[in-house]
Amino acid sequence: MEKRVTIKSEREEHRLFRSRAIIAAIFVFVALSLVIVRLIYLQVTNYEYYTILSKENYQKRTPIPPVRGLIYDRNGALLADNHVEYVLAAKRDDVKDMDGTIQRLMQLLPITPQDVIKFKQKLRVNSRFQPVVLRKNLTEKEVATFSANSLRFDGFKVTVRMQRNYPLGSVAGHLLGYVGRIDKKDLEKIDKEEYKGSTHIGKTGIEKYYEKRLHGKAGYELTEVDAHGKPQVKLDDKAPIAGEDLYLSIDLELQIKAEELLREHNGAMVAIDPRNGEVLAMASMPAYDPNLFVNGISYANYNALRDNPDRPLYNRALQGSYPPGSTIKPMAALVGLSAGVVTPSRSIYAKGFFQIPGNKHRFRCWKKAGHGHISLNRAIYQSCDVYFYDLAFRMGIKRYAKGMNKFGFGLKTGIDLPSERSALMPTAEWKRKRFDKFWYPGDTVNTGIGQGYFTATPLQLAHAVATLSTHGRKVRPHILRATRVSRNLPEKLVTPEQLPSIGVTKLRYWDDVIRGMVNVVHGAHGTGRRSGAGAKYRFAGKTGTAQVFGIAQNKTYNASKLKKKLHDHSLFVAFAPVKNPRIALAVIAENAGGGSKVAAPIARQLLDTYLLTDKQKEEALEAKKKTAGIKKETDNGH
Amino acid sequence: MGTKNTTFTSLFHRWLSSIDLVLIVSLILLIALGTAILFSATGENEAMMNNHTIHLILATSVMLTASQIPSEMLNRWSVWIYIIGIVLLVLVLVQGSMGKGAQRWIELGSLRFQPSEVMKLAVPMMVASYFSKKNLPPRFKDVFIASLLVLVPMLLIVKQPDLGTALLVGTAGFFVIYFAGLPWKWLAATAVSAMIAAPLIFYFGMHDYQRQRVLTLFNPEADRLGSGYHIYQSTIAIGSGGVYGKGWLNGDQSRLDFLPERHTDFIFAVFGEEFGLLGNIILFGLYVFIIWRGLYLATKGNDTFARLLGGSLSLTFFIYLLVNTGMVSGVLPVVGVPLPLISYGGTSLVTLMAAFGFLMGMKRRKKGYGESSSIQ
Repeated sequence: MEKRVTIKSEREEHRLFRSRAIIAAIFVFVALSLVIVRLIYLQVTNYEYYTILSKENYQKRTPIPPVRGLIYDRNGALLADNHVEYVLAAKRDDVKDMDGTIQRLMQLLPITPQDVIKFKQKLRVNSRFQPVVLRKNLTEKEVATFSANSLRFDGFKVTVRMQRNYPLGSVAGHLLGYVGRIDKKDLEKIDKEEYKGSTHIGKTGIEKYYEKRLHGKAGYELTEVDAHGKPQVKLDDKAPIAGEDLYLSIDLELQIKAEELLREHNGAMVAIDPRNGEVLAMASMPAYDPNLFVNGISYANYNALRDNPDRPLYNRALQGSYPPGSTIKPMAALVGLSAGVVTPSRSIYAKGFFQIPGNKHRFRCWKKAGHGHISLNRAIYQSCDVYFYDLAFRMGIKRYAKGMNKFGFGLKTGIDLPSERSALMPTAEWKRKRFDKFWYPGDTVNTGIGQGYFTATPLQLAHAVATLSTHGRKVRPHILRATRVSRNLPEKLVTPEQLPSIGVTKLRYWDDVIRGMVNVVHGAHGTGRRSGAGAKYRFAGKTGTAQVFGIAQNKTYNASKLKKKLHDHSLFVAFAPVKNPRIALAVIAENAGGGSKVAAPIARQLLDTYLLTDKQKEEALEAKKKTAGIKKETDNGH
Repeated sequence: MGTKNTTFTSLFHRWLSSIDLVLIVSLILLIALGTAILFSATGENEAMMNNHTIHLILATSVMLTASQIPSEMLNRWSVWIYIIGIVLLVLVLVQGSMGKGAQRWIELGSLRFQPSEVMKLAVPMMVASYFSKKNLPPRFKDVFIASLLVLVPMLLIVKQPDLGTALLVGTAGFFVIYFAGLPWKWLAATAVSAMIAAPLIFYFGMHDYQRQRVLTLFNPEADRLGSGYHIYQSTIAIGSGGVYGKGWLNGDQSRLDFLPERHTDFIFAVFGEEFGLLGNIILFGLYVFIIWRGLYLATKGNDTFARLLGGSLSLTFFIYLLVNTGMVSGVLPVVGVPLPLISYGGTSLVTLMAAFGFLMGMKRRKKGYGESSSIQ
């Protein structure tokens, strides 16, 4: 019995095992099929996703920054370029024995203790992956010395970097602006891909306005790296495209002369070619050296610039809102003529002051005795205030402001520079909004002589004069004259932007006003006649003396008793030659006194600089030497 | 056919009949494929390939030797091997508690020796031996005792701690119980209680790093540089291999060192990256064939011990494959289980080949029982 059961169970067992084996085989098949499903999910469904992840792992894209475009003046004189600079730098984690290594480096290279202090400060602050510069401006010889011994200075590396350089220092500094380190604010605005390898960006001036053109297009190098970040082979690369070279309309000779002439005073000067709106010179004094900013200005230097009472950082030509004074009288005259408020032939009687009917307040003329019977022509060349008080009063502020707006007053010119100011051509609405006050007729009267609330920038003044010189053919002022994409290609000229011309009812009105301006400098009684003496060409001008503060009704202006800050601004606008003008300019010398005394002679010298041939200049110099005597000879060179 | 006038040819024939050519050929194919991928995974490292060759020679000799051992002899040895194994495991733990930290090895002179590796064979042998003396299907008492025989060494290995090996040892023992005819009802009950126990083990029975591995499984990208790094990189490797693969020696993930442990536990990712889905299917085909052949040979086993052991060894081989590929492809938690017969490392290769040797030996028993008895 026992035995039978056992035998039966032996067969049973075998059968049992087989069925279990079959079930196990099915289980194996199902389970491995599930793994295959997972593999299909990874290798087919998500193939692209994992391919990207894989590439992200081993492909490293190193951006190659483009070379920044150069900046030249209109004649090809270099204003901004890039210096190759060798720097010695290290990352914090790459150097094991920092102090020892620095000691050894100091024996080999001219590293000062200050360099080391600065280096250690930055080392503490900077991220561990960011190289910190120990020594800038290595010479080629020093680089060679270092390279030969580089094994002893594990972690330190000499790298090449391009540094923006302004070879002329402060010359045209305001205009050029400068580049500086890219900061958080910049990062919000730029295409981060394009700037990955770049460290600097245009911060002000031309450098900022034409950042896109100057910067160029970044290239890259795609390398294969292993898991430890070690590069293996180069996979792909794209060369960067250098930024465009810019040719400014600036005439360097004129620019330097302007800055030199304004050196004694704070002030500004703008010269424009009226035919095409090209800005020939734009000076603002005092100036600063943009090179200071390129690699981060020191606190001491920055504070000195910022706290300087003469405000060298401020571009007066573009941002200075000055009362334009009598310089706007020619434009005011045209506005009046066009509106029919005045005519060339009709004279008015000018006492030494103007009064609004029914009001006792006296708007005084600079000439206490008054000009008597005065026509438009004489009102311009003798700068009769009463004539223009009357003109503005009779026009009313609305019509007057609208007319002056056409010349660009109160509006931005739209020049290709950042942070231009619009200054102010006041209106009743403006006053209500600004001060919540009613506009008085007296406010209008003051604007007639470019005072009161009326302000203008030197650029606006120069532009208005340029427009006037071409009988109202208005061109937008601009500084970029031509660009060059590649050294092998010719420059491409920028087309000037023609603006709607100023419609003045009668064409001869322009000549009437211009005649008045010519008489200012060439007439026997013109306010600027001294500055016109001996000119080799005919030019037109207008003096301006702008009050900085109001003088009480019963007081007179006495410069010797006032602080320099409260002295009148000296202004002058001019264009030349009268027929087919090639240059129009505005000069302002802050707190320098009457326009005829300071600004007009400066303007004359600038016109000479631009218009006279080299031969004529030599002759003029000879003549000057003769009159000044031999002892002054040394002072003439510049 | 006496032993006196045995010619070389007849000896060869006898030896040939003692092995399974089908299994040997498929093993050779698999090992050839594995050697190719190992060459790539080691970064074409000559020294390691030399070692691998030595491992292969050693493992093959072990397999051929094992194929000549009669199952009766194995059955008789089982208890002793098992007891020695348990003693060694305890010794390892004692050694560990004496201040050497986590320990898996015993050093015998210059030889480093993992007792847990022996248990991969010793446990199923012990359980099979136990059931070979019982009537099957087993009664509850038998299953209970068999379970204890599995659990004791398993817990000792968990204590080391070496979860992966414990798991393999446990499953090897369990498969014997399964083949012995564990009633389905009990199996279901075990499954249910395992499901209940799982969260308890997760919260109370695991080391932090083990828990982290489980968590990583569900969200490998949450911690790409930490605990998720292995799975993150291995899924990238496999996924970016696509259908056709990047080509032999051209796996970017492995070549450039992004894939950790790529010549050992994660070698399957290298395979998937370089040979793609098609390669994977061929590889799985080979594995499935070998497992099937193992199960087939087990059914041909002439006694209960041989059948149970053969079935268990075949399925354990399958579990190696499942756990390893599941882990590398990111569906199972990371446990230290190599890809069988392919991952670099001599111990596991030798153990596995020994198992295949036993399997082949079972087939021989059926044909010439008398002869093998006379060898004794």
